[in-house]
Amino acid sequence: VCIHRVRSCSGIRFIKSKYVCVFDKSALKFSHQQRLFRTSPVSCGQIVQFKLSDIGEGITEVTVKEWYIKEGDSVSQFDSICEVQSDKASVTITSRYDGVIRKLHYSIDDIAFVGKPLVDIEIDASKGVAPEEDVVETPPMSHEEHTHQEIKGHKTLATPAVRRLAMENNIKLSEVVGTGKDNRILKEDILNYLAKQTGAILPPSPKAEIVPPLRKTEAVPAAPKDKARRIPVPVSRPIAFSGKDKTEPVTGFQKAMVKTMSAALKIPHFGYSDEIDLTQLVQLREELKPLAEIRGVKLSFMPFFIKAASLGLLQYPILNASLDENCQNVTYKASHNIGVAMDTEQGLIVPNVKNVQVCSVFDIAVELNRLQSLGSAGQLGTSDLTGGTFTLSNIGTIGGTYAKPVILPPEVAIGALGKIQVLPRFNGKGEVFKAQIMNVSWSADHRIIDGATMARFSNLWKSYLENPASMLLDLK
Amino acid sequence: MVLQSLKNCLWLSCVLRTPKACFWSTASGGLIIQSVSNDVYQNLAVEDWIHDHMDLEKQQILFLWRNSPAVVIGRHQNPWQECNLRLLRQKNIKLARRRSGGGTVYHDLGNINLTFFTTRKKYERMGNLKLIVKALKALRPQLDVHVTDRYDILLDRQYKISGTAAKLGRANAYHHCTLLCNADKFVLSSVLKSPYKGLKSNATPSVPASVRNLFEEDPSLTSEMLLDAIAKEYAVQHQIDHHVTLINPADETLLPGISNKTKELQTWEWVYGKTPKFSVSTCLKISYKDSVIDVKVNMDVKHGKIEVCNIDLPEQWLPPGLYNELVKSLTGSKFCPNEITTLVTTLLRVCPQDDELHSRWSLLCENMIRLM
Repeated sequence: VCIHRVRSCSGIRFIKSKYVCVFDKSALKFSHQQRLFRTSPVSCGQIVQFKLSDIGEGITEVTVKEWYIKEGDSVSQFDSICEVQSDKASVTITSRYDGVIRKLHYSIDDIAFVGKPLVDIEIDASKGVAPEEDVVETPPMSHEEHTHQEIKGHKTLATPAVRRLAMENNIKLSEVVGTGKDNRILKEDILNYLAKQTGAILPPSPKAEIVPPLRKTEAVPAAPKDKARRIPVPVSRPIAFSGKDKTEPVTGFQKAMVKTMSAALKIPHFGYSDEIDLTQLVQLREELKPLAEIRGVKLSFMPFFIKAASLGLLQYPILNASLDENCQNVTYKASHNIGVAMDTEQGLIVPNVKNVQVCSVFDIAVELNRLQSLGSAGQLGTSDLTGGTFTLSNIGTIGGTYAKPVILPPEVAIGALGKIQVLPRFNGKGEVFKAQIMNVSWSADHRIIDGATMARFSNLWKSYLENPASMLLDLK
Repeated sequence: MVLQSLKNCLWLSCVLRTPKACFWSTASGGLIIQSVSNDVYQNLAVEDWIHDHMDLEKQQILFLWRNSPAVVIGRHQNPWQECNLRLLRQKNIKLARRRSGGGTVYHDLGNINLTFFTTRKKYERMGNLKLIVKALKALRPQLDVHVTDRYDILLDRQYKISGTAAKLGRANAYHHCTLLCNADKFVLSSVLKSPYKGLKSNATPSVPASVRNLFEEDPSLTSEMLLDAIAKEYAVQHQIDHHVTLINPADETLLPGISNKTKELQTWEWVYGKTPKFSVSTCLKISYKDSVIDVKVNMDVKHGKIEVCNIDLPEQWLPPGLYNELVKSLTGSKFCPNEITTLVTTLLRVCPQDDELHSRWSLLCENMIRLM
């Protein structure tokens, strides 16, 4: 590698000293095996002006709309460099070379001209392999022919890494069948070619590109087959993990959540949990679901949980209160605006059902339906998301039993509902029966709420749900 | 029209390139495919897939597709400038950004889309449009349709019935165009009118035009008839069989990687984030109690996010701490009504609990959100 460069570089000053390679006898011998080098001289760190190629239809100028790279970036051949537009046509310009971008000749919205330089690329010759295609060409390329489609000769496409692998194994790229995009030669193709030549069985290479979708549907039956086919590999290569950390700024809604949650943790929380036997409620809901459907409403368990909470808050209004910043005053809120935590693409949002104290279970169901459809469409309004006084989070729809919910300021209490599980329990007669059990975890502000209050509220809420008929007595 | 299913292609000679090469390779120089889906994102993904993966040296492809109601903006356009986003959200009309250039169009099942795939060398829009005109005239000789030098097709010399756009890559290129058969013109004109004022940008503007449906000219015409006529003409000109192969854009085996492409087209980062830098400069007139206050708003939006935010409020209308909090939070956020709504309502939780303050805050924020 080095010999060739020294010969052709004589008289040309090196830009970087690292390109001055070690000159020894082994390098001399090695050079005879090089068959893939271009005959025309390439100097180290040469800056090439990559010109804007012909767009077709006689177009001479375009507008630069987006740069995909910036000065100083490394590019590989076929990487996208920029997007230009001309008369309703959007054109992706890809790099012809491997190297480093040294200069962008245009800014966004500038007019660029066909045939004029677009970017300057410093060709990275230190990699040891010519960035040009494996070309059989006679005259040196004229400046106008700096376009992909006008190269004469046999075109073989391969990345530098693949070319190196071929070179190390003395393979001529033109003899390898490429299976990648545009007949590009991939690493697997080189390995397969080698396997055929030497008769060796090479370890299956991890598929980096298109993952065959068969994995999903044939996952189970395929596994034993794979095991049988796998032949013990004599050489184990350590698999290099090339994942990189990704850092993003915290913006928008996330920033607001950071503020809110930081404020929330200043509240001294205490927790109280219990299990609720929903066997009767499950049955009741089954009976009422078709009635609600006739009225065009989906009835879940939440309307019952919400109404029961409101009935409980009538007896324990301190749970529907707010403590001011200086902890000087407690405001008992008249309206029970019960928030329902919703999981959306953005994250956790909590719209609330207003004035539950004057709503029937059906009214709540209607309102929930409305909030849920707006929530999933990303169209909740400010009034839906403000004014909440108490919150319920039905995390159980995703999973979990007990939780430790965080109070949403300026509220003072929150409840997290786990999933409904069918569990064995003892009834009054000492017999085991199938019970529908759900866990609830409350958190409350210990500055103004004590454990006993929370426990009594929870017991009352629990009794309404375990015996839904009792709700009738207290419904307003 | 003979519709040929995937299974029938097996007898064709295969040039092994892609996993389902038998579907894609024909012995002839052309292939006509039609999507079974009406989802704009899936169909745009098919275009991307063919553009990225197919070798079009030996054969060209004609892709026929229709979408359920959607607005499609060009690669370098600004959706706030081009359409009524509020109305789109209300009516559940999808918004998509395609990869080709050009202007904004409204799609529904009364509009047909045609994509002509060729190698970059063979890219030639005029020829394709003339093919369409020839097909229309063969179907209804009395139709007065012709191609303009802006690559539009006009009916009766004045009404636009087709718009064109194109995408050129390294090796391949495609030219696609619409054709109005029986689209809902009322919805079309209302969604393509932007209510947003004070926008300044270098994004490609659309050129509004009077449109007409071919159905209005000749009520016996249907989308199916037009698709068939064009496929027939394409088959004649490319000397291939008049066979239209159905393609399912959700078929990952046939189109490996298609679901990722479909997903990408639906991301906020692509649809809104690719908007060229623009600025919003307007004056909000907020009526509060008995008076109306003027609030000057100036925002710079880059990659769909608010880069710079200036709000000129009357002094002390909001406590300075709160005002700064608002401006700080808006900066760096997406220029998106949903994002800002959840942001400002969440922030309200850590504000002093004052009803007057809350109503001023909500009022100001609601007005700001209306700009998005």
